[in-house]
Amino acid sequence: MSDMDMEDDGSGIVKKFMFLNRKAPHGTVYALEGLEVVLITAAFDQDVSLVFTDDGVYQLMKGIDTKGIEVKDFSKTYRALDGYDIEKLYVDQTSLDARGLTEDDLIVDVSVLSDDEMKNLMDEQDVVISF
Amino acid sequence: MQFGILINEGPYNHQASDTAYLFARAAIEKGHTIPRVFFYHDGVNNSTRMGEPPQDDRNVTTRWSKLAEEHGIDLVVCVAAALRRGIKDELLAPGFRISGLGQLVEMGIQYDRLVTFGD
Repeated sequence: MSDMDMEDDGSGIVKKFMFLNRKAPHGTVYALEGLEVVLITAAFDQDVSLVFTDDGVYQLMKGIDTKGIEVKDFSKTYRALDGYDIEKLYVDQTSLDARGLTEDDLIVDVSVLSDDEMKNLMDEQDVVISF
Repeated sequence: MQFGILINEGPYNHQASDTAYLFARAAIEKGHTIPRVFFYHDGVNNSTRMGEPPQDDRNVTTRWSKLAEEHGIDLVVCVAAALRRGIKDELLAPGFRISGLGQLVEMGIQYDRLVTFGD
């Protein structure tokens, strides 16, 4: 992590980056590779927000066990995000409700937003990247 | 306006790279600039010169190379995503180069818009 702290594009500009995680953690590579972009963006000292929506809420679910599908379990990385100064984690209530989940089912602390609140948060961003 | 383009899907299997190409061409025609295109996830597969599509079909990789040469576009392939999928320097088509994710973040910081093509 120490070498990543040195990243700098030299401009001193800080933009608001939102990462929209829309996919289940396994089955496709988007969640795993998306997380890499999140960490690098934080290393550039940008203002990072992470949103988990649609099947993306499953990325934060407790009790993930990937032994049976023989792929890497990267869910621990979400718990380590505060070490990268990534503390803005959001989940939308609609996605939780649709899947019968509550905040208690998630491995990290998140802010649960209504659709309107999510819309407003998106409006504030400079860059939105969705995975 | 400066547009950055992010392509997240491979050629032929998915329309993302075609749509991104058409978008880039249209934007340039309108007087905008595309300083860089970044290839991520299976999008890195757009960069290999080893592909040989049938004669009566478009060659997705070749037309990126051509557009890049004509308009000075930096075609950047993510190193981690490329290594995972067997894309190496010696396989790259003209105009493509392998570099880190920092190049993608820079696009977000420096350009007016970052447009993603993928699912």
